[in-house]
Amino acid sequence: MRDIFTKKKLLRGFLAALLLGFFLWLYAGNKNPYPWTTNEIKVLKTLHIDNLTRALPNLSNSVSENSLAARLGHSLFFDTRLSANGQVSCATCHQPKKSFTDQRRRGIGIGFSRRNTRSIVGSAYSPWLYSDGRKDSLWSQALSPLEDPNEHGSNRMRLAKLLANDSHYQTIYESVFGPLPDISDPGRYPADASPLRENLKPAWNSMSAEDQELINEIFVNIGKAIAAYERLLVPGPSRFDSYVRGVAENNLKNQEPLFNDSEIRGLRLFISKANCIDCHNGPLFTNNEFHNTGVISSPNDVPDKGRIDGIRIVKTDVFNCMGIYSNDPDQSCDELEFSRIDMPELIGAIRTPSLRNIESSSPYMHGGQIETLTEVIEHYNRAPLSLIGHNEAKPLSLSRFERRDLLAFLKTLGGPLSTDQKWLTTPGTSDQ
Amino acid sequence: MEKKMGCMRATLIATIFSLSFTFEVAYSQDQLWISEAGKYQLSYISELNPVPINQMHSWIMHIETVNGEPLEGASITVEGGMPEHDHGLPTTPRMTEELGAGDYRIEGMRFHMNGIWEITTTITTGNNRDVCIIPIEL
Repeated sequence: MRDIFTKKKLLRGFLAALLLGFFLWLYAGNKNPYPWTTNEIKVLKTLHIDNLTRALPNLSNSVSENSLAARLGHSLFFDTRLSANGQVSCATCHQPKKSFTDQRRRGIGIGFSRRNTRSIVGSAYSPWLYSDGRKDSLWSQALSPLEDPNEHGSNRMRLAKLLANDSHYQTIYESVFGPLPDISDPGRYPADASPLRENLKPAWNSMSAEDQELINEIFVNIGKAIAAYERLLVPGPSRFDSYVRGVAENNLKNQEPLFNDSEIRGLRLFISKANCIDCHNGPLFTNNEFHNTGVISSPNDVPDKGRIDGIRIVKTDVFNCMGIYSNDPDQSCDELEFSRIDMPELIGAIRTPSLRNIESSSPYMHGGQIETLTEVIEHYNRAPLSLIGHNEAKPLSLSRFERRDLLAFLKTLGGPLSTDQKWLTTPGTSDQ
Repeated sequence: MEKKMGCMRATLIATIFSLSFTFEVAYSQDQLWISEAGKYQLSYISELNPVPINQMHSWIMHIETVNGEPLEGASITVEGGMPEHDHGLPTTPRMTEELGAGDYRIEGMRFHMNGIWEITTTITTGNNRDVCIIPIEL
């Protein structure tokens, strides 16, 4: 009988010890995992915003650093007269208050855009623009929506005439690019003409090659001015950057509570088990490269072929870095020259987006297929088979708690832009 | 028993020792890499050092025969990828110039991820063809 009691006591003691051990283990797993290892700190520092030095000048755009050109671009960016119905500007989809996105599945201009609106913040750092990289400069990219029937729905002739007939635009344009030619003769320059719009091709083809060239120059300069403005849109420090600075300087005590335990665990997952940093690397949290991550198309949509199409388009684009409208006398177009074409891994590959301010740019993915960040993390955790091409990502086996931590970390990447406030609103009447 | 413990201790030390080597993967630019058929030895110097990610740059490859004679007049092709991720380089590098004394300029190098990469260099001279795989950890 006594033996039984002793045994029971022993068993109880053992169970208590086991329970205590379990809670200790739980505590150890959940407690603030600082300090980071030297290697981890090295990795964290590569993500810090201080690494985002001034973007290299775009040699194909001689006015990319010209502040007057940026002023012109600023006005053009917010001007709805740059559309067929007078209601659509660049800022219709790229809204400053929404991290220069529209928070819609797809952009709505005159019609529906083909893909989700990407933020243009920090885009001056990318060698490629659009989800499929079918443009290789900001200025060349800016031209596309202007003539897209579903976006601005305008045409290069109409836009050139808008500049020529607006005294503000004319003055500032001529200060930047030199005299605007006289394009008032309707016999030589019809009201609407473009080589890209079926209904406007006859008018375009009726023009002499010299006159077409002249209109193209004005059209390209509109793009170059908008690009000079867009270069100014640069992300600013986030809570993450303050935390990493604290870690790097071993000076967290004065700055707590900068990151809570969940955010720290999330950051650790980001740079390790969750593999996010493979593609979301550097101070912009993107390698600006193309990856197939098995994102399923929206219902009724054919799978997006992504980069395999994008590279073919940009290679033959008259407005690319090697074209006659580039200002670079040496045509140093390394990215275009050494780009990959026709490789299977480019099928369905989409350009990695920046994660800075990611919380305010929902919905996500190239077609806006995924509503929330929680679902995005679940997508990467599953890594489903790709409908076309091959999904580079592998299932992650993140627990529910780990997914929650990762989400907590991603939310620390928000912060105001390091761009003067005056560039973030419609230019004042004095500017118009 | 004592002997057994001693044996276990030795195994433990050996394991820790070998593990420390397993995790210390470091490839330096000073290293020589021998081609698969053993004909050539390669080394490279990156224009940017340390080799960065997300930045286009060039390399100079130095190729010698295994006897130390600089290889001239060869045709070089370069491919690369990450075995762990099963994808290639984001660019198609190309030999753009033979600099003499066994040196060849390779342009269009760009890496877009940290981790272990393999640069597969194919060296062709006349009917001779050999391949050299250079590992690099970023």
